[in-house]
Amino acid sequence: MNADTVFERPLTAHIDPTREPLSLKEYEAVGGYAALRKAVKEMAPGDVTKAVKDANLRGRGGAGFPTGVKWSLIPMGADAPRDKYIICNADEMEPGTFKDRLLMEGNPHQLVEAMLVSAYAIQASRAYIFLRGEYILAAQRLRAAIAEAMESGYVGAHILGGSWGVSLSVHTGAGRYICGEETALINSLEGKRANPRAKPPFPQIAGLWGKPTVVNNVETLCNVPHIVNRGADWFHGLSQGRSQDSGTKLYGCSGRVKNPGCWELPFGTTAREILEDYAGGLQDGLKLKCWLPGGASTDFLLPEQLDLAMDYDTIGHAHSRMGTGLIMAVDDHQDILKVLLNLEEFFAQESCGWCTPCRDGLPWSVKILRALIARQGRRKDIGILEEMTHALGPGRTFCAHAPGAMEPLQSALRFFRDEFEAGVAEHPAPTPAELQVLT
Amino acid sequence: MSTADPVKLKDLPKVAPFVLHPDDRAAIVHEKTLYDYPRAAVIEALKIVQARHGWVCDAAVTAIADVLGVTAADVDGVATFYNLIFRQPVGRHVIKICDSIGCFLTGYEALRAAFEKHLGIRYGGTTPDNRFTLLPVVCLGACDRGPVIMIDDDTHFNVGPDGIVALLERYA
Repeated sequence: MNADTVFERPLTAHIDPTREPLSLKEYEAVGGYAALRKAVKEMAPGDVTKAVKDANLRGRGGAGFPTGVKWSLIPMGADAPRDKYIICNADEMEPGTFKDRLLMEGNPHQLVEAMLVSAYAIQASRAYIFLRGEYILAAQRLRAAIAEAMESGYVGAHILGGSWGVSLSVHTGAGRYICGEETALINSLEGKRANPRAKPPFPQIAGLWGKPTVVNNVETLCNVPHIVNRGADWFHGLSQGRSQDSGTKLYGCSGRVKNPGCWELPFGTTAREILEDYAGGLQDGLKLKCWLPGGASTDFLLPEQLDLAMDYDTIGHAHSRMGTGLIMAVDDHQDILKVLLNLEEFFAQESCGWCTPCRDGLPWSVKILRALIARQGRRKDIGILEEMTHALGPGRTFCAHAPGAMEPLQSALRFFRDEFEAGVAEHPAPTPAELQVLT
Repeated sequence: MSTADPVKLKDLPKVAPFVLHPDDRAAIVHEKTLYDYPRAAVIEALKIVQARHGWVCDAAVTAIADVLGVTAADVDGVATFYNLIFRQPVGRHVIKICDSIGCFLTGYEALRAAFEKHLGIRYGGTTPDNRFTLLPVVCLGACDRGPVIMIDDDTHFNVGPDGIVALLERYA
């Protein structure tokens, strides 16, 4: 496949960054709000969830959890708790990720419709888009789209004349990466510090204000209207047999490449196609040293792994994670310790401080990396870093923040051991005078 | 023991009491209606006050707490957690430089050095004329157009060290 190959791009078909996004009328003219109409008029809520389940839509925020399964844990029927919520996680802050910005700035009505159809599926009464505070343009465009949708009766009570209604508003954040963790996001939306919550209970049972709540990523939700309109079989076909996963994916590539960007491609497109065909390869004079497949919290992979299909299972089997699917290319002029220092400083700073391994461990890793970069490391420092990848790993901390921070570290220790070794200072034996001072 | 006279309360410099602007109060009251519990409006309330005053002073924290019916400690707990809420005075314009991995690879460090040299301040500092405050910020979600910075609500892409003087001219 090359950049000229024709295939469907349902999520970005109507996105043109050089012009204003589609107005409600323009969006309707290209089939917009048909999925909402179909869902509300012709489908039971459970049918929508079933369609999403059958389509095998998996969470595009990085975890890859099946969306339909997530929804099916929401209590339904007359006995279900009265207020239910749906929240769109638009707190895009994973370093290296810039796909949700494109979707929200480029076609805000698509997300608005997606929120409404998804809200219908779980019979939510309130819907929030939790948007990071820095996305000023996205906030303006989403609010304008919601206002238009309200005027047309798509948002509010008795949507399309039926008995169901939902409110929809944009909630903008005030920073902090941890808000992207779904339970921390719920706390933040409640007006609290964004500390994660213990699970279980999961948000579908006790989420926002203790009520059933679904939290989905922007890109995940944007797929929903298309699935409702065109069905599971069509959605499976989008990946063209390249992957067990269905649909398209907003892939991307940045770093010192010729043509950095974000492209909607069939699920399972290989990393090499993304890096070489779309991003044009590394800038002249540079070679690929390693790459992060989908954000700061994914393990490094090597140039010889570029032919892997970018899907959850394939990248998972290669001991990394697809994450958000936006590749960060690290070139051969980079010192891996400095790259890691940048990543771990980020994680240390963004730790919410709630649990000890994360709060104390991450700054410790930063300190050791600084010492190694200054060629002042002690031999046992490398062992401490290795120990940390276990002590801060999955199951040892309250949420996935610290385990995510350990992913680039553990893979760098595996692939670039010599660069760590080079940071160890070979101390000369202390002189008798120095020993006297020490005692 | 000191022999100096104790400072009397009435001798302390007079500070105008903080009054929530009526428009801000109305905006916060409206914000409350979007949620089932008023506390959820805390972050937006802090942003509303900050938009007018540049930062959030102690008295504003108390004023917000009163409008929302929560404790000042709860409001301050939130205010001090989030990096886009300023609990200290800042300059008229706040420059935020992305320092995450994408911009690290495309050279934010040289950009930061250029800003620090040009403005004569470090991260966290404000210029003596109170015009600019310089801060780092995490990934701004535009790694394909790095280095990325924000000045107030404006996002600027592909910013190089050479372009900063002309860029800053636009912010009086």
